[in-house]
Amino acid sequence: MKEKKDTRVVVGMSGGVDSSVTALLLKQQGYDVVGIFMKNWDDTDENGVCTATEDFEDVVRVCNQLDIPYYAVNFEKQYWNKVFTYFLDEYKAGRTPNPDVMCNKEIKFKAFLEHALSLGADYLATGHYAQVREVNGTYEMIRGVDDNKDQTYFLNQLSQDVLAKVMFPLGHLPKKEVRRIAKEHDLATATKKDSTGICFIGERNFKEFLSEYLPAQPGKMTTLSGVVKGNHEGLMYYTIGQRQGLGIGGAGDPWFVVGKNLKENILYVDQGFHNELLYSDALVATDLNWISGQPITEEFSCTAKFRYRQTDSKVTVTPIDDNKVKVTFHESERAITPGQSVVFYDGEVCLGGGTIDEIFKNETYVDYVG
Amino acid sequence: MNPIYLDHAATTPMDPEVTKEMLPIFEVYGNPSSIHSFGRKARQLLDQSRRIAASSIHANEKDIVFTSGGTEADNIAMIGTAHANQHKGKHIITTVIEHHATLHTAEYLEKQGFKVTYLPVEENGQIELESFKAALTDETILVSIMAVNNETGVIQPIQEIADIVKDHQAYFHTDAVQAYGLLDLNVNEISIDLLSVSSHKINGPKGIGFLYIREGVLVEALQHGGQQERKRRPGTENVAGIIGFAKAIQIAQQKREERINTYQAYKQSFVETLEQEAINFFVNGEWEKTIPSTINISFPGTNVESLLTNFDLAGIAASSGSACTAGSVEPSHVLSAMYGSENERTTNSIRFSFGLANNQDQIIEAAKRVASIVKRLVK
Repeated sequence: MKEKKDTRVVVGMSGGVDSSVTALLLKQQGYDVVGIFMKNWDDTDENGVCTATEDFEDVVRVCNQLDIPYYAVNFEKQYWNKVFTYFLDEYKAGRTPNPDVMCNKEIKFKAFLEHALSLGADYLATGHYAQVREVNGTYEMIRGVDDNKDQTYFLNQLSQDVLAKVMFPLGHLPKKEVRRIAKEHDLATATKKDSTGICFIGERNFKEFLSEYLPAQPGKMTTLSGVVKGNHEGLMYYTIGQRQGLGIGGAGDPWFVVGKNLKENILYVDQGFHNELLYSDALVATDLNWISGQPITEEFSCTAKFRYRQTDSKVTVTPIDDNKVKVTFHESERAITPGQSVVFYDGEVCLGGGTIDEIFKNETYVDYVG
Repeated sequence: MNPIYLDHAATTPMDPEVTKEMLPIFEVYGNPSSIHSFGRKARQLLDQSRRIAASSIHANEKDIVFTSGGTEADNIAMIGTAHANQHKGKHIITTVIEHHATLHTAEYLEKQGFKVTYLPVEENGQIELESFKAALTDETILVSIMAVNNETGVIQPIQEIADIVKDHQAYFHTDAVQAYGLLDLNVNEISIDLLSVSSHKINGPKGIGFLYIREGVLVEALQHGGQQERKRRPGTENVAGIIGFAKAIQIAQQKREERINTYQAYKQSFVETLEQEAINFFVNGEWEKTIPSTINISFPGTNVESLLTNFDLAGIAASSGSACTAGSVEPSHVLSAMYGSENERTTNSIRFSFGLANNQDQIIEAAKRVASIVKRLVK
């Protein structure tokens, strides 16, 4: 075992408070810490202003406070090919993609990890709220202790090889404590606002952004039985269970998106948060990753999340083939959305996850969800 | 690992003699413009320094304007002459390989209505004289061409350029920031009208430089204030900086031959060691046409980002013309001009520049570290 001072840890630094504290903690523990800023998207505006430049400035300031070297690396090309293309393809297919999951899988813990290793790093550390535990030579990924910040949902595609090389120094801390540490050490990013939304869209209007890349095809908004309730601006702008932005007034319960008909370009809507049409009792997931590295051969029960920050639900997982499982819910679930991740847990341990592909109700394929 | 500094084209360490010369000056606090004894003491030192600067290029001391550095000198030379001479025409000629201090100033002048021709360069890194001649028109008021390129170290044919401009109304400005100290720049022999120099590139302090303005050249000041620098660059003088700069100039003059030989030897051993280590590399630009202190090397199968990060972590300080700020890699504009923007040399080339901070052992050690990193990255 190398001594800490001879153990090089590359920290992926975004210019935010989480990665700043990550670097600080590792430095305090005595590691040979190197900060690297990753640029995945060119958002230079018409005035030549780019948020990446500002963020990198913050990385520089924090690294200088910590007296660690800092560098930058560009993965715009890889990000475009592996993440953004997938993102657009999913929207084209009428689904709701999860670019953060893909970014972790293809960029942060693949291209970036390789870059870190090429710099002689022993480990890559990030500010994710998750924990890694080694049990008899096998790595487990454990939820972050801060329930509200736990990010294992987005990390569900990580493999044993990756977990052997990563550190999540914030996993055992509540977010509040991370802020406190940052303030205590007067880090330049201590009071910087957390970034929200999808990284490449940032604070911009989502519809506007998407319309730059995909032509919007407005169409009819109807009930499942065909009653026209208005017009939609393009199916890609809506997600299952959405209430906002439908523009349907009148008496009775509020209206919700319950499905999409891609072929006929129809957005299905109906009334009531708890509308029956929004509920399902099983799904089929693909693109599966089991963190243990062991394929699933037998049916088992566990808990699952279908969206980030949702509370866990009890499910039974039944293998269909190598890369496909059926997930049966113990109680019916609202607004399961194709394209999102389903992530499995055994207590605090994240078992892995996959992409929600098809949805079922009473053993019947729910075709209107899209 | 002990760091080795191979980035003297970016900036140089101060010569200990310069530091020694400057320290007592901080106690000379008079304002050189004041009429009392305190002021006169400072003015005396200033005058001596101006004479040293002038004689280094065989100029008259009245023609030396101290500036904050090379960038400001380039700005005054270009904007100042463009504004003062626009009645004669609004055409400017420069090259695509200039330093950004010149290029961005040219772009600024374009926005103000001046027309700028950016001359291309040949694969050897030099401009082609025939195309330069062809670009000159009756409207041309300024030609701004660097003496030595900062990325490749390639020397431009400024004697020939000056001879062509001599009989033309246009002024000839040369950014001599990289050339000064190693090349013989004699404004009597080479018909240069404006010449920019920076102190921190020749082992002097930062924040000081000069612009030579040949007597009679019309230049409008960019800033307004007092009488300093004969109104061409008003503002209380950076006395200590100027004194240090003058000392660095003196040393550079005295040791020029010695430095040329030493740096040439460094460059030779550096390349020889890389060859012995059997890595694949190309030297950018024509070797015989470069100054002794700078070499630009392409390492096929690598990229600037990985190279520079790895080099620094291994204690090798070098740089590249490819700007990589905040993770955006802009291919080198100089190498793009030489080899085409699609050529991979524009994104896998590193500039190594030798100088006062080096010794022979370091050069060999540095080349070995570079070779081992390149081997690791290309495998």
